[in-house]
Amino acid sequence: MAKATFRIWRGNADNAQFVDYETEVSEGMVVLDAVHRIQAEQANDMAVRWNCKAGKCGSCSAEINGQPKLMCMTRLDTVPLDEPVTIEPMRAFPLIKDLVADVSWNFKVKEQMRPFAPRPPDAEDGTWRMEQEDIDHVQEFRKCIECFLCQDVCHVLRDHSLHDEFIGPRYLVYAASLEMHPIDTENRLEELKNSDGIGYCNITKCCTKVCPEHITITDNAIIPLKERVVDEFYDPIKKLFRVFSR
Amino acid sequence: MASYETHEYDVLIIGAGGAGLRAAIEAAVGDLKVGLVCKSLLGKAHTVMAEGGVAAALANVDERDSWRVHFADTMRGGQYLSNARMAELHAQESPDRVRELEAWGALFDRTQEGGILQRNFGGHQYPRLAHVGDRTGLEMIRALQDHGIHQGIEVHMENTVISLLKTGDRVSGAFGYEREKGRFKVFAAKAVVLATGGVGKAYKVTSNSWEYTGDGHSLAYHAGAELIDMEFVQFHPTGMVWPPSVRGILVTEGVRGEGGILTNSEGTRFMFDDIPELYVNQTADNPEEGWQYTQGDREARRPPELLTRDHVARCIVREVQEGRGSPHGGVFLDIAWIKEKIPNAADYIRRKLPSMYHQFKQLANIDITQEPMEVGPTTHYIMGGIRVDADSQMTAVPGLFAAGECAAGLHGANRLGGNSLSDLLVFGKRAGEYAAQFAMENQAVPIDEAEIDTIAAHTLKPFENPPTDGNGNNMGPYDIQAQLQEKMENLVGIARTQESLTQALDEIQNLREKAENVHAIGNREYNAGWHTALDLDCLITVSEAIALAALERRASIGAHSRDDYPEKEEPGAGKYNTIINKSDDGAMTVRRESIDELRANLQEIIDEIG
Ligand SMILES: Cc1cc2nc3c(=O)[nH]c(=O)nc-3n(C[C@H](O)[C@H](O)[C@H](O)COP(=O)(O)OP(=O)(O)OC[C@H]3O[C@@H](n4cnc5c(N)ncnc54)[C@H](O)[C@@H]3O)c2cc1C
Ligand code: SF4
Ligand code: SF4
Ligand code: FES
Repeated sequence: MAKATFRIWRGNADNAQFVDYETEVSEGMVVLDAVHRIQAEQANDMAVRWNCKAGKCGSCSAEINGQPKLMCMTRLDTVPLDEPVTIEPMRAFPLIKDLVADVSWNFKVKEQMRPFAPRPPDAEDGTWRMEQEDIDHVQEFRKCIECFLCQDVCHVLRDHSLHDEFIGPRYLVYAASLEMHPIDTENRLEELKNSDGIGYCNITKCCTKVCPEHITITDNAIIPLKERVVDEFYDPIKKLFRVFSR
Repeated sequence: MASYETHEYDVLIIGAGGAGLRAAIEAAVGDLKVGLVCKSLLGKAHTVMAEGGVAAALANVDERDSWRVHFADTMRGGQYLSNARMAELHAQESPDRVRELEAWGALFDRTQEGGILQRNFGGHQYPRLAHVGDRTGLEMIRALQDHGIHQGIEVHMENTVISLLKTGDRVSGAFGYEREKGRFKVFAAKAVVLATGGVGKAYKVTSNSWEYTGDGHSLAYHAGAELIDMEFVQFHPTGMVWPPSVRGILVTEGVRGEGGILTNSEGTRFMFDDIPELYVNQTADNPEEGWQYTQGDREARRPPELLTRDHVARCIVREVQEGRGSPHGGVFLDIAWIKEKIPNAADYIRRKLPSMYHQFKQLANIDITQEPMEVGPTTHYIMGGIRVDADSQMTAVPGLFAAGECAAGLHGANRLGGNSLSDLLVFGKRAGEYAAQFAMENQAVPIDEAEIDTIAAHTLKPFENPPTDGNGNNMGPYDIQAQLQEKMENLVGIARTQESLTQALDEIQNLREKAENVHAIGNREYNAGWHTALDLDCLITVSEAIALAALERRASIGAHSRDDYPEKEEPGAGKYNTIINKSDDGAMTVRRESIDELRANLQEIIDEIG
């Protein structure tokens, strides 16, 4: 069996560095398998998050050779093994230990967002009628596995640390899933413009590129939301029209 | 004296999968203080992985469906060992529980009329599974999570409970640690709901994650509750078999529901060769009829690929053992063949089974729209679990409730696909409701501090144990866990005998002694090795319970197969459940309890529908 070297970030917020581990690799292995093998054989106390091992839960996010990815979906035959493979935690969030980052900020952001509020049911049994084609795009957003890889690459959070002013691509996708939900009755445009900071996004599309669920975050979620915000607050004719049509 | 933080609740829910979240939402309806503890981050529990759908007789696709048919299907699937009252409540209440998810934002796939679409699944007479492509669990857990976070529930993520606390007969709370720093926490509560999921990590090949170590089963058992029918472990027929590192990962039954067929190395659809008595009338006898069924032809009968999981799994094992397996020791599951039947088949497959497409493409380099998959059985689910009252979900311990996969009764000897997600909703809600009621009717009881010191000391022992035993054997947690998994796979797997089970019980005893001396390196901060060491006790407890119950049931029924007792019933034994509890001397004991006759109106349904 072939061997490969993995350069893994070890330590906590006070003190951390890369440590090299050599381990055996075999056909079909993914990065998470290598991490598990190292954990079982050489570093029992290594911290790493995972659950499904099939790209469904969004737990195992990390930076592999600098690229934000799910460890369980990154096959070793897609990374060069003749040099050490670096594995680091997501860098846009504080470190807890080893490969585990403190992502609790994300959960707080969601809690502060205005929740779903449906219109009264269409039918007596308390249900609604919706056409498949009217929900296709919302279903795209609801594929999100909350891996936070998009939050990790977004420069507004990663480089400028504007966590207090910008909710990040994940929550813009969430906002879009609520705003475009056919039976939701709320209007979230005011907070999108202000506290959510949608204006910080300058459409670099880095988030879309890393999304393991292939959600077209920028084109399908963020840009349409930006357009709605513009319509609502900066387009006097539309605004007037809206006042009259209420 | 151990140091710990104390949190006080009216109702404490342990587990944040579908059952735990639903229970928490219900318990928080009034102004009770509700705490929710889970081992992973919120939204990552097993429920997120469920693919195929949630079963509920909405009758949106076939109006002949009703709770009565769903009830009969569940009882038949469970080989009539299910708790009939639970099967009744489940069939009656699941439609409302599914509809309610829509009010919380869930978006299921739609019918032409704009209602919730339903799909075929093994053992269900009519298309019954509400779904979202093949990511139904994600939709469900997200709807519950996004609604739940606005109900004033206090969530403790990445916290593990390692012991329940009792005061007298009653449960008084739970003791656990948080992963980040390894600090202890005491959760005092008037009522506690266990919703910890399953036990798959006791086996080597499994669709389950590290979380599934049977914690709830073990916590309840040690607290004095009973476990029921633990021998019934579901081996799902279709797990991935290649590459080795993904062995066991689930391939949803939805693939077969959409027309996927099973073939052996000779290209034969072997499922047609062996159709059990109980199902002959409902099963297609030729491929065309089977195909028509998957396409919604209401006169057609279901293809044999959609027989119950226990049966399909055994047929696959037989094909492999008799030399007709695929190159990596499974059989072929082919959905690509439907291109002979429908235009744009590749698009159709990608739309209906997106995550399967993705999973095979990325992990096995296989394009399922073009080539067959290789699949084989994988440990998936446990039908057995904590014994509860059918209506209230309370265990034998006052104030202790259980719901979801860790509780038992609904599924009998075999669970139908889709009946778990509905189980979580129906009985999660009930557990939350009755736990809240219990909390309102009872005062808090004080916690015994001496007990906490003992548990805390035990929890830290792995750091003090030496790294090797007297003979130089490694005492690390991963080694011990791997040994247990190996034994369970080989001795308590799909085919069992008196000999294999007796040997398994011996091995489990040895491993229990080892686990007491398990060694953890490092410190208390987010230490996966220490966590694994602490999980061992639960894993070993449930392994023993499974093996002991399997030894007791001298018959082959549902998911439990004894090579030495191939008959469905032991002569003269009648229908019974196996009950496990902890005797006064601390030893695990098993006994049988015969199953009551059905209530007349329920028996009528079975007589009529079969
Ligand atoms: C791959 C896969 C696909 C499936 N597909 C389907 C399907 O299509 N339809 C269907 O009906 N069923 C399906 N199932 C089965 C179903 O998903 C599970 O049975 C169900 O989700 C279990 O839900 P639960 O709420 O009981 O537990 P889980 O969702 O597993 O949640 C358990 C919770 O308990 C917590 N926990 C455990 N131990 C402790 C502890 N000691 N302290 C604190 N917290 C603890 C965990 O962290 C977790 O939050 C599938 C299962 C798998 C694995
Ligand atoms: S497109 Fe916007 S949200 Fe996405 S990474 Fe760029 S700036 Fe961030
Ligand atoms: S939008 Fe994509 S990248 Fe962002 S959290 Fe969701 S799944 Fe991950
Ligand atoms: S472990 Fe679930 S996404 Fe990787």
